[in-house]
Amino acid sequence: MTPVTLLTGFLGAGKTALLSRLLRWPDLRDTAVLINEFGEVGLDHLLVEPLQGEVALLRGGCVCCSIRGDLKAALIDLHDRRRRGLVPDFRRVVIETTGLADPGPAVATLVADPVLRHAFAVGAIVTVVDAVNGARTLDTHEEAVRQAACADRLVLSKTDLATPEAAASLRARLAALNPMAPVTDLALDDAPEAALLTDDPTGAASARRWLCTEIPAPHGTVGAVLIESGPVDWTRFGLWLGMLLNRHGTRILRLKGLVAVEGAETPVVIQGVQHLVHPPRHLPAWPEGEARTRLVLIGHGLDGDVLRRSYGAFTGAPDVPGPSAPPARAAADR
Amino acid sequence: MCSLCGAFGAPDHWSDGLARTVPPEAERRARATAANRVLGLYGLRLAAWGGRYTLSGRTGRSAVIDHLGALWPAAERLSGRSCDPLDPATIAALEAR
Repeated sequence: MTPVTLLTGFLGAGKTALLSRLLRWPDLRDTAVLINEFGEVGLDHLLVEPLQGEVALLRGGCVCCSIRGDLKAALIDLHDRRRRGLVPDFRRVVIETTGLADPGPAVATLVADPVLRHAFAVGAIVTVVDAVNGARTLDTHEEAVRQAACADRLVLSKTDLATPEAAASLRARLAALNPMAPVTDLALDDAPEAALLTDDPTGAASARRWLCTEIPAPHGTVGAVLIESGPVDWTRFGLWLGMLLNRHGTRILRLKGLVAVEGAETPVVIQGVQHLVHPPRHLPAWPEGEARTRLVLIGHGLDGDVLRRSYGAFTGAPDVPGPSAPPARAAADR
Repeated sequence: MCSLCGAFGAPDHWSDGLARTVPPEAERRARATAANRVLGLYGLRLAAWGGRYTLSGRTGRSAVIDHLGALWPAAERLSGRSCDPLDPATIAALEAR
């Protein structure tokens, strides 16, 4: 299965600049790149033209294509050409979406299409946010909020052009909007880490991070809700989540979690974008500590108390033990 | 195609993705039993049937569904009601059981 990374970010955030710098890493040369054009003038495509020169199968074997039809056709074509040896073998695909793109449909194509899902797997969603204009863009464009909320990794670009205060404020806002996504600063002269394209967003390292991430109170209407419990019956959990996404999927932008399934010794990683849930997968072992379910939902106007109560009523899963219960002797001494 | 369940006519759903511990038909029956705890609130009943499920209402209306991803849109159609897990009345009814 070839992982597909979605590189998103609002117009002018610096997606193409990030991509061209990433592809200089020798380890990332075996990356196929699909570029999504916007409007009649393919600005993104023109900007990325130098990549095609570099990719020209001489210096590393990257493959650049432009998505002129739909994503499915482009991926199938790429897969077919690789199979026939018409393009060099590649180990990953990066799709640079348009600045106005909602990542949901691209994820839907990858998760749901019966042909694609046997050849490609959803990789990370990497969202670039411009440190200079990002706050204003988040204020005024719903697409930008969706892109940040859906991300597995956030890249704060142009930090050399923003004041430290503005960058810090935006970083805090992004942490409240999507606490599960690490934020990487990227100034003009920084070399972006190759891990942006190679990390497994549902692997053990990511899961370890999820378990210890604090979920701050939401700033504004979009925010994160944490649901925790002991082991849960998988069927009841699936019914609850399916029902929730059927009715509220348009305002649940992202969900991520580790599920402790009754009768299973290892955790199940679950994640989704809007209505779509990726195929769940088992991790080989619990990253650390006790087995407990930890689910984070990011969305518009989510009421954490109602969600937690609903989860409890539907699944009957036991609460996790509270951290501050006093020891028995201390209670008896009073 | 159902964009809600992530299946383009495929016979599976994300909740089918875990390793099975019982035969598929027994698993479908167990799922139907679990679903009926909720569907009863809407006057509906789910039954495993030939590798699929049938969803029936009290008036005799019914629908065949391939997997649980298609359950809730069908339940809303048959019952004519919104099946909302965040509805306080629904939560209270389940808590009372």
